[in-house]
Amino acid sequence: MIHIPALGAARRAHHFTSANGFRRRRVPAPLVGSLGYGMKRTSDGTRRPRLRDRMSRSRAGFRGLRRRGRLGDDAWDELEETLLLADVGMPTTTALLDDVKERVAADKVRDAEALPVLLEDAIVDVLTPAADRSLARADSGPTVWVVTGVNGVGKTTTIAKIAAQELSDGSSVLLAAADTFRAAAADQLAHWADLLGIDVVRAQEGADPGAVAFDGVQAAVARGVDIVLVDTAGRLHTKVNLMNELGKIIRVVERTPGALQEVLLVLDATTGQNGLTQARDFTEAVGVTGVVLTKLDGTAKGGIVLAIEHELGVPVKLVGVGESAEDLVPFDPREFATALVGSDDDQAEDAT
Amino acid sequence: MFDTLTDRFEGIFRKLRGRGKLTDADVDAVAREIRLALLEADVNVGVVKQFVGRIKERAVGEEVTKSLSPAQQVIKIIHEELTATLGGATGKLQGGSRSPSVVMLAGLQGSGKTTVAAKLARHLERDGKKVLLVAADLQRPAAVEQLRVLGERIDVPVFSEPTDPVAVTRGGIEEAKRLGRNVVVLDTAGRLQVDDALMGELAAIRDVVKPDDALLVVDAMTGQEAVNVAETFAATIPLTGVVLTKLDGDARGGAAMSVKEVTGLPIVFAGLGEKLDAFEPFHPERMASRILGMGDVLTLIEKAEETFDAEEAAKAQERLRKGEFTLEDFLEQMQQMKKMGPIQNIIGMLPGMPKELRNADIDEGELGRVEAIICSMTPGERRDPSTINGSRRYRIATGSGTTTAQVNAVLKQFKGVQQMMKQMMRPGKKGKKGLMMPGMPGMPGLPGT
Repeated sequence: MIHIPALGAARRAHHFTSANGFRRRRVPAPLVGSLGYGMKRTSDGTRRPRLRDRMSRSRAGFRGLRRRGRLGDDAWDELEETLLLADVGMPTTTALLDDVKERVAADKVRDAEALPVLLEDAIVDVLTPAADRSLARADSGPTVWVVTGVNGVGKTTTIAKIAAQELSDGSSVLLAAADTFRAAAADQLAHWADLLGIDVVRAQEGADPGAVAFDGVQAAVARGVDIVLVDTAGRLHTKVNLMNELGKIIRVVERTPGALQEVLLVLDATTGQNGLTQARDFTEAVGVTGVVLTKLDGTAKGGIVLAIEHELGVPVKLVGVGESAEDLVPFDPREFATALVGSDDDQAEDAT
Repeated sequence: MFDTLTDRFEGIFRKLRGRGKLTDADVDAVAREIRLALLEADVNVGVVKQFVGRIKERAVGEEVTKSLSPAQQVIKIIHEELTATLGGATGKLQGGSRSPSVVMLAGLQGSGKTTVAAKLARHLERDGKKVLLVAADLQRPAAVEQLRVLGERIDVPVFSEPTDPVAVTRGGIEEAKRLGRNVVVLDTAGRLQVDDALMGELAAIRDVVKPDDALLVVDAMTGQEAVNVAETFAATIPLTGVVLTKLDGDARGGAAMSVKEVTGLPIVFAGLGEKLDAFEPFHPERMASRILGMGDVLTLIEKAEETFDAEEAAKAQERLRKGEFTLEDFLEQMQQMKKMGPIQNIIGMLPGMPKELRNADIDEGELGRVEAIICSMTPGERRDPSTINGSRRYRIATGSGTTTAQVNAVLKQFKGVQQMMKQMMRPGKKGKKGLMMPGMPGMPGLPGT
């Protein structure tokens, strides 16, 4: 086992024996919390610059600000426009601008060049920097993470990525294909399970998704698997029946005490203001514990997560910035804000 | 969430009633509201600016007419302008003289291309075309399998092979010729518009097939990004139109306006659900109402016309007049209403519905329960519910899989509706008669009723 001195005892994995006699290695939860999910392996921080690289295209708008000189209405208008273009939405944009204005008054700022840094601070504050963004794990028995979201946001791909990361961290993983609705959805998940060499629990198309989730958890208990990822059918949050069905899946999983640790809402970064409604409705229906923001490798900025954290207090836990498994990275508020505003990038530019 | 634009405009204009002309200041106040409404609907910031400019130009100096309130007047202008912006040739493909003609679908991951491919194939088959679905999405695992399953459902052949997208496309066209199919619907892999390699592949497919129609599939929930996506795709392949998907959600769909404004491409079709028949020509004026948050009155009226059997309605009216509104009528009306689609959608389409009701979770299952309860009664009981005693009640509850308390609730609800109907039908209250909508049985299943 790798021992990292700085972390001392916290790094030491503990062993325990499960009901059926399997011995498993488990990474204690506090460690995950202190480092952020998925960062255990990359102590050199290679993942972090990557997010900034991938998001570099989104920063063009903010850059113009630095060259504006004195603070006037133009600068504020530009700031507002850039936030709106990032899908932050009017209410949060207004709140952020008010915050920046207060900071400007407090610091007696006269130069528009200071705005990006102030804005970055304001964004970080909106994002509740202290929130726990790690994926929770059960103390004993299998840990179940249910993955939900509207159609086409990338639930199945996200599951494959999480599974790949957990496997390379030494956990055993099982997939439950509770999307029994969309044609070939289970095939898609099974394909990933094949590639990863792990088990998938599936049923016929049209089968009861709650039953599949239940079978998945039971299989995990029986086989001593550490982590169960439950894939659910994409559903629009406006469909009451489908939301009730999702509620049933959750209740079924909850029958195994302590197993359900996360209900993740996958959100497409290209989504506009409807993202807030999605988050609200899913949270009301099934108590979402974290957001996974996908497809951040385009020019979309995913600014709606600011509104989601601000209004609902649901933390963003992971962001997807590319195709490969390593491209699903922990969400870091400061990094996200910096990537959006691009202030340190500009300083580097100015220095040269 | 915001109130509807109408509500907000009424507020602004309350103070200007009776004045002669819309002044600069009036229009400025309104322009701010339009801007907010459009931004809230996810219309691109740049597009909003241009649009608001156009509205201001048109509205300043406009005479305040007597027939409309100033608010209504400005809304009319905006609605017209927005409808014009969104308009274009809808519901039709360009097609080509050759056989097979090729329709190519492109878009971001998860926009709904594969579902649209199947829906479009079904639509074209209904038009008498013979379609071959070609699955050139070799990227996403099981995408080909998904199209195969959908093809089976609509009885349309599907072609694919595990080679590369260009080869599949070529092979697909050959296969269509061999099978005598006259339209090829080509599903491609989802791709980000910044992925140069995949965009290059799209261009390569275009060069091979020279599609007669190339449709960009856009998710109605897309935000500001819609502009970048549309511009880049349009620059890569000569798009001929747009399909807007997931309109069955509650997104206001400002992306439609962004895409239309920057590309000028007509929005040809709209996807309205996961079922393969939830696909229809795009309606610019309805979309305009939706983006403005005005309620989709037109759709509702059309749906009501389509759904209600005139004869049945007349019969029901006759019985009503005689004061014989029974549980059977109640059931019938409920079934009629269900045919119009999810209640939530219908309520969303009604302008002026209170916000609480618009946002209320309406439990469709509750309607189903009510239906089951009534269906578990004997015809005699349906005509005269007063005969339902304890043991009958128990039988009904068992038969419908509910509880006696639920049966009681339905009976109570029905009594209320019956009372209401009687009052409405009472002679001498002529004014109210015309107000009654067909098939509004007191909205069973609404919370709080």
